[in-house]
Amino acid sequence: MSTFAEYAISALLLVGGAFTLIGAIGLARLPDFYTRLHGPTKATTVGVGAIVVSSVIYFSTLGRGIGVEEILITAFLFMTAPVSANFLAKAAMHLEVKTTENTRGQTWDQ
Amino acid sequence: MLDRLSFPQPWLSLTLFVTWQFLSDGLSGGSVVLGLILAWGIPQMTRGFWPDRPAVLRGWRAPAYALRVLWDIIVASVEVAKLILSPRKPRPMFICYPLELDHPLAISILVSTISLTPGTVGADVSDDNKLILIHSLDAEDEQEIIDTIRARYEKPLLEMFR
Amino acid sequence: MILIALYITIAMVTLAALLNVYRVIKGPDAPDRVLALDTLYVNAIALIVLLGITLQTRMYLESALLIAVMGFVGTVAMAKYLKRGSVIE
Repeated sequence: MSTFAEYAISALLLVGGAFTLIGAIGLARLPDFYTRLHGPTKATTVGVGAIVVSSVIYFSTLGRGIGVEEILITAFLFMTAPVSANFLAKAAMHLEVKTTENTRGQTWDQ
Repeated sequence: MLDRLSFPQPWLSLTLFVTWQFLSDGLSGGSVVLGLILAWGIPQMTRGFWPDRPAVLRGWRAPAYALRVLWDIIVASVEVAKLILSPRKPRPMFICYPLELDHPLAISILVSTISLTPGTVGADVSDDNKLILIHSLDAEDEQEIIDTIRARYEKPLLEMFR
Repeated sequence: MILIALYITIAMVTLAALLNVYRVIKGPDAPDRVLALDTLYVNAIALIVLLGITLQTRMYLESALLIAVMGFVGTVAMAKYLKRGSVIE
């Protein structure tokens, strides 16, 4: 395996892990449900995406072909993350979950 | 009866067939047969859920939009990461965004895009498809966010779904 | 070098999973718990992919794909249940 590929794989792994961790930190420390929604939908999705891409590069430099499963996982994650965030936001609005005191604007429920 | 044998969503059928071939470790007789059954069966079973109007899509504009969104996703996650790690409090805001799009598929693409890009999660679409409710993590000015979304995402989608 | 990066990444993802478990326990509302469980699913996918790289096998990727599908369906079902009070009407 070339040195460049090794560097690329390691960097992608570390970036992915860092984003996953930041997403989880956001989930743990942000003040209310709607702000917590942001961490997992963006940071975690990108983090896992980076880890999966590093896996694609790793196995293709080992000469085992391009991993179709990995690409399917990434595509699926990027398609489903906003949909589940949307569903959860609707559920939270229906349950009238508390927002932090400095939130401006109104929710609606229909 | 003939209706039951047709492929109501040819693109969906093609996608299902190709995905199945990838999933089942290469082409073989069995995977082709099962892929064809799935490509016929799933659109037939889900036909009730598809909107009647077919999408008039200018497909050649889609790759540019996808690349722009992909880049924005990376920028977005860096911004959210910075905000999560900084000690300052976020300034959340709910924003009503008046839609110009009216195609259901286009609206769902727009809401998904908003959820993945800087500081905003698309929360809900009003029943008459005229408004979407956006939650912004760190908003200064309501109008600025609306203008950004309109120029950056809604205009290209309007071009695509004419 | 890849191995060191791999171990650091596994540690970070595990820590992330622990933080998610904290949010599952603490709540305070049902949507928070569902959101944390959804994130836990995504972290499990990351851990499975990392395990596959460590053991140099691609056998586990199919289970990661299954977890992705099941996690999405589970989250949507839970959200629908919270909103409507039933999953299939």
